Amino acid sequence: MSLSIHELSPGQEIGSRTIEVTRTDLVKYAGASGDFNPIHWNEAFATGVELPGVIAHGMFTMGSAVQLVTDWAGDPAAVVDFQTRFTKPVLVTDTTGTEEPGATIEVSGLIGKLDAETNTARIDLTVVSAGQKVLMKAQAVVRLS
Amino acid sequence: MTINPDLQGRSYPAAEVYDVGREKIREFARAVKATHPAHFDVDAAKALGHADLVAPPTFAIIIAQRADAQLIEDPEAGIDFSRVVHADQRFTHHRPIFAGDRLVAELHVDGVRAMGGGAMITTRSEVFALGADDAREPVTTTTSSILVRGEGQ
Repeated sequence: MSLSIHELSPGQEIGSRTIEVTRTDLVKYAGASGDFNPIHWNEAFATGVELPGVIAHGMFTMGSAVQLVTDWAGDPAAVVDFQTRFTKPVLVTDTTGTEEPGATIEVSGLIGKLDAETNTARIDLTVVSAGQKVLMKAQAVVRLS
Repeated sequence: MTINPDLQGRSYPAAEVYDVGREKIREFARAVKATHPAHFDVDAAKALGHADLVAPPTFAIIIAQRADAQLIEDPEAGIDFSRVVHADQRFTHHRPIFAGDRLVAELHVDGVRAMGGGAMITTRSEVFALGADDAREPVTTTTSSILVRGEGQ
């Protein structure tokens, strides 16, 4: 990793990423994380608790969004702090058997703040699905070289 | 069902040890669509100066949610899991998580606030790696707030 604080400036964009999500992805995330809440894989259960349908795990959205930061940093170990608020659910429609995604998440990031004392950059992520911000105050702190 | 306000300040000691395996790091990385080679290829991780595969930044949620389960399943807490919504989450890494780590988590209930008919509960998990003689090395602090929706919320 060769990011130097002297070559960076606040407001600088770090790139963007599009994440396609299917119901299968939610089942995989449930298995990998151990979060088997049926609102993330069972339509009848989800609508039964007054949700519009099956929704992605907030932690799936948070976990997949940070890849943009990891790639920019060049080392996943450089991400020393990562936080978000979950504001809107990501509704994932059932497209099983087709090539279509059930939802699309757009992630973009920019440098929110540089801290020379700790030699870190705060990356502010914008995470949108179906035209709505699904994460708020999604901020990752990256240790620079 | 109402949330027990006396939960605030309560702690749950570290329960079972979580052994971080390479295949679990790879599985979790695939599940969050991470592609960085340091999650998959030991040589790539070593080239970056790490001892073994590096876990993705949100991997500690596995350990934190296991710790949270102690609170959610505590009959004294009065939490209906089907009405729980994840409101916020934070990871502060004191060092990365690597394959081969043996982790334990200590759960602290930092806040309980009534909201409508429900409550917002803030918890903190202190995740430690066990070293020789079971010495504890701080690895990650996770904090999360869950909203337990009241009736009609």
